[in-house]
Amino acid sequence: MDTGKTLIEMHHIIKKYSEAVIALNDVQFKLNSGEIHALLGENGAGKSTLIKVLTGVEKRDEGTILYEGKGIHFQNPQEAQRKGISTVYQEVNLCPNLSVAENIYIGREPKKGGRIDWKTINNNARVLLDRFDLDVNVTRKLDTYSVAVQQMVAIARASDISAKVLILDEPTSSLSRVEVEKLFEIMRRLRDAGMGIIFVTHFLDQVYEVTDTITVLRNGEYVGTYETGKLSKVELVGKMIGKEYAELNNKLEENSEETAEGELFADLNKISGFGTIQDIDLQVRYGEVLGLSGLLGSGRSETARLIFGIDKIEKGSFEIKGKKVKFKSTLEAIRKGIAFCPENRKTDGIVGDLTVRENITLALQAKRGMTKTISKQEAQRIADDYINKLDIKTPSSDQLVKNLSGGNQQKVILARWLATKPELLMLDEPTRGIDIGTKAEIQKIVIELAKQGMAVIFISSEIDEMLRCCGRIAIYRDFKKIAEIKGNAISEETIMRYIAGGDLYEKTI
Amino acid sequence: MKKLYKLTKLQAFWPVMILLFILLFNGIITGGSFFEMKIVDNHLYGRIIDIIRNGSKLMLLAIGLTLVLATGGTDISVGSVMAISGAVACSIVAGSLLPTAGGNVAIAITIAILAGVVCGAWNGFLVSKIKIQPIVATMILMVAGRGIAQLITKGKIVTVNSDAYYFINGGYIFGLPFPIYIVIFTLILALLVTKKTAFGLFVEASGCNPNSSRFAGIHVGAIKLLVYTCSGALAAVAGLIESAGIKGADCNNAGLMIEMDAILAVAIGGTSLNGGRFSIPSSIVGAIIIQSITTTVYAIGVPPEITQVIKAVLVIFICLFQSAEFKSAIMKKIQIRKVA
Repeated sequence: MDTGKTLIEMHHIIKKYSEAVIALNDVQFKLNSGEIHALLGENGAGKSTLIKVLTGVEKRDEGTILYEGKGIHFQNPQEAQRKGISTVYQEVNLCPNLSVAENIYIGREPKKGGRIDWKTINNNARVLLDRFDLDVNVTRKLDTYSVAVQQMVAIARASDISAKVLILDEPTSSLSRVEVEKLFEIMRRLRDAGMGIIFVTHFLDQVYEVTDTITVLRNGEYVGTYETGKLSKVELVGKMIGKEYAELNNKLEENSEETAEGELFADLNKISGFGTIQDIDLQVRYGEVLGLSGLLGSGRSETARLIFGIDKIEKGSFEIKGKKVKFKSTLEAIRKGIAFCPENRKTDGIVGDLTVRENITLALQAKRGMTKTISKQEAQRIADDYINKLDIKTPSSDQLVKNLSGGNQQKVILARWLATKPELLMLDEPTRGIDIGTKAEIQKIVIELAKQGMAVIFISSEIDEMLRCCGRIAIYRDFKKIAEIKGNAISEETIMRYIAGGDLYEKTI
Repeated sequence: MKKLYKLTKLQAFWPVMILLFILLFNGIITGGSFFEMKIVDNHLYGRIIDIIRNGSKLMLLAIGLTLVLATGGTDISVGSVMAISGAVACSIVAGSLLPTAGGNVAIAITIAILAGVVCGAWNGFLVSKIKIQPIVATMILMVAGRGIAQLITKGKIVTVNSDAYYFINGGYIFGLPFPIYIVIFTLILALLVTKKTAFGLFVEASGCNPNSSRFAGIHVGAIKLLVYTCSGALAAVAGLIESAGIKGADCNNAGLMIEMDAILAVAIGGTSLNGGRFSIPSSIVGAIIIQSITTTVYAIGVPPEITQVIKAVLVIFICLFQSAEFKSAIMKKIQIRKVA
């Protein structure tokens, strides 16, 4: 790979949020043109902080940053962007109520005679997105498209603005496999055009698929920079978190033995939703982890939403412990012993401005009712209990949840539901955007809970994880359940084939 | 020192500081007479007492609006609800409405407050069920409310002649004006409901993130309905005080533009207009600040034509002081000077 000239050099970067919280300690980083550089590390390793320091979101305390050989000190991300460094974040940072084309050209609209030249904007936007093989109507509002499309638009905008450096912070979290392929193709094309790309991700497979160089951070310190081809995956994991991962992994293997069939908790009989799933049959039993597998939008999350009473059931019968139910609100579902960690933890999970303690006790308080207040002491006890049990990393239970890292926020939501002592726990993508250490921990907790007799529904896009956690897997395609496999029949290949839609397999059902 | 630092982190800290400053300023420019209190006929008189008595309506509205704003909504109909409540109560006392009640003040008060509850519930219904944006939803009643009040009074200014009714504004108990007791009672009730039940937590959660709250089993719609209803009821009480003060119902002018002062009071108290964390005592302080400014403007002899301008300028300064960015910018300047 041709390494080109050095674009960015960072030396001895130190960033302290306070005397006690050192986010970056003497970190270095180097990016060449025509290179895709993976920035890796667990949550809290300092990846995001390093990017924030580079782009001027945060000010560094010490150290030098050279950009094309010149020392720089960006005051804000806009300045960085003007100089040719732009960032696409995990959460789409665009305006959902503006059109796709407006989003691409906002702040730099081409003008004609002092007025915005809409024709050029729309045409250029179309040409730009064509290059990304994105077939969208650029005059429609952004929020009429899926998150994946929005993310692609954000990347298109960034690559159009900055010709030199593109930073992608977890861009693939909400993309499907096909979309990821498309993104990688674009990344390679941009690299070949001489752009330097910094790629932050949690998916190690993707690192090996697309990057040239890897820089690893751990606990705010620089571990090293490696050529991707010369570092094995095991070595890489070792560099990122040390030995713990291997141990955790072993433990999980032991746990994934087949379990005896438990008692029936919920029985879905030919359930359909309005414009979503159709004729779904599903039995949920105590003491097992039932996986719902399929592509994004295949009906897995929709099933969980129907069970939890968020969306209405159109037809079919839904029984819990042999009794017919029809939930008018989530509260009724909660009172029947159901808990649900939704897919999007930021918008549907945490209440950011409330404390960790309040977030943990929120659902329990709702379950008990408004007048049966949980006293501060009791809330404190419950919160401390779960902070210990789930190893939630927070200075205290008084900390606002928005200040916690993604993995710890997920644990807080998990704690919220465990506090309600549920009989059925539904987890939708509980490990998305979370570092592998925490990921393994959450998987372990899930298996442990099922062992203790809880019914668990587990939804994930990562087949790896499904294999590890689930004793039985229902597979969805186009809002229909197309198969159910369990025990030894579960393998990556079978699941993939069902999802991909081999007709041969459908006949065997 | 550490305790002092902790104190500055309280939501009520800066509002209280601003209030103290304004009071001190008043004291200085009036040469101390601002703080003078006299006891005449066993009644306490003085500027401070005036401020609290005249500010009582604003304080009541601020309590209701704190809850509404904490859910991320707003209620600009409170002034009109005051007019409706005053019209209902005065018409009943005067006998033009519900003559069978025989001008009974207790019945008049009850029905007037009920009218406020209905108005508030209507607002809540529009916001939570029909899902109209709060400012538009409450604007409907803001505009229509005065018309409704006119219908009740048949377009006339209804005057009442009842000492029992006058007592609501002008009465004294243990030397203190009666409206003060209304405020204290309401404040205690509001604190009990928001702190001793989970109502406060649910309001904050609904305001911070309605989606997450719904997923956690909170009936966000019901919470909203409830806070708008509270706001309506409290506006009705404020309307009673107002009409008792002018001894009649003036549908065109009762509570005119007071909703802006009340929202401002909550904002000065530090509750975010985007919803979330709230503090009712801070809003009370905010209301007193606004009332004190009004009094100050008169006290320093500003011509009435430009009082609104002076008020606006003061409010700008207060809002600046409430802004976290402004404060940290000033702190930095001070630190740099120290280093140099």
